[in-house]
Amino acid sequence: MKEELFQQKIDKEQKIEPKDWMPQDYRKHLIRQISQHAHSEIIGMQPEGNWITRAPSLRAKMILLAKVQDEAGHGLYLYSACETLGISRQELVQQLHDGKAKYSSIFNYPTLSWADMGAVGWLVDGAAIVNQVSLQRTSYGPYARGMVKICKEESFHQRQGYEIMAEMAKGTKEQKEMAQDALNRFWWPSIMMFGPQDSNSPRTGNAMKWKIKRQTNDELRQSFIDKTVGQAEIIGLTIPDSELKWNEKTGHYDFGEMDWDEFWNVVNGNGPCNHQRLVHHQKAHTEGEWVREAAKAYAKKQELVTQ
Amino acid sequence: MTENTIVWEVFIQSKNGLAHKHVGNVHASDKVMALENARELYTRRNEGSCIWVVKAEYIVSSESEDSEAFFDPSNDKIYRHPTFYTMPEGSKHI
Repeated sequence: MKEELFQQKIDKEQKIEPKDWMPQDYRKHLIRQISQHAHSEIIGMQPEGNWITRAPSLRAKMILLAKVQDEAGHGLYLYSACETLGISRQELVQQLHDGKAKYSSIFNYPTLSWADMGAVGWLVDGAAIVNQVSLQRTSYGPYARGMVKICKEESFHQRQGYEIMAEMAKGTKEQKEMAQDALNRFWWPSIMMFGPQDSNSPRTGNAMKWKIKRQTNDELRQSFIDKTVGQAEIIGLTIPDSELKWNEKTGHYDFGEMDWDEFWNVVNGNGPCNHQRLVHHQKAHTEGEWVREAAKAYAKKQELVTQ
Repeated sequence: MTENTIVWEVFIQSKNGLAHKHVGNVHASDKVMALENARELYTRRNEGSCIWVVKAEYIVSSESEDSEAFFDPSNDKIYRHPTFYTMPEGSKHI
């Protein structure tokens, strides 16, 4: 009965709010998805933070700093949304450290050259935007509101990345090669950010019925590819997929087969940077312990003073 | 590990003359830190002219299960709406 009312609400496009009744599995699915999303924003600061001290100009450095700060903010919006489901931030961080909660595999690839800052902004943020625009219509109120805020801030991220790529592509021969190399390395991992194909994605069923997800992995991936091909052409770079071609009949681009062995290998912890990313987060968290202690001690002292 | 810090709900007035609107929350151990965190998290792009932070534990909310009983009584008082009244034909500015 309760479950029927819940589904009716969803079918009528009404949002579910924290105090509303919801099936256990709906809550579980959301905690898993939102926490994974939050952790991705936070871990995603590392590959870009890697280049802040080596940005090629003051302009580039200020932009990158602002962008990395935005990612931290997005992580916090998402942790807040997740906490409304009855899990504490402490537990969420613990799950990340224990390897129980995942984050997007894309951040387990290294950022080897400045062009990678271009590729990450253009492709990784571009793919994230396609996903997040769709999630603005997700059925859980706090998650949907978080997505609206994030989408507003995110479009500068993609544009700054594309600007870097465009500039390098029209630079010296070496710069163009760097840009092409970054595209070569980030293309496939970016389109795999949308997850397994629908035929191989067991969780999609309920997530669509409950309108947690509004479009399937394959639909989102196709939409990203359709948007991106033209952008690559304009700046004279080649997407590393020989099977990529326009299909008159479907009105979409056909594309080649993704390497799912590599995908699962990275998901399961064997990507180039999995270990490094997690250890860095654990270290930062442990080493910040004294700051949290001091802040609490200070707050306690203030209370005593005012009493 | 330190236990969780206090949660503060954040309200922002986007410009003078408008009401403060709830935008989300922050974690902070005291009120000054709560304000600073809210500034850093919610107003990086000129979104506000004033911020309120309120300890989340002090907010009292109605329960969604009770919402019918809680809000129903207003349905049968249609005389609270101006459209309830019949105005003489031809009357203006009322």
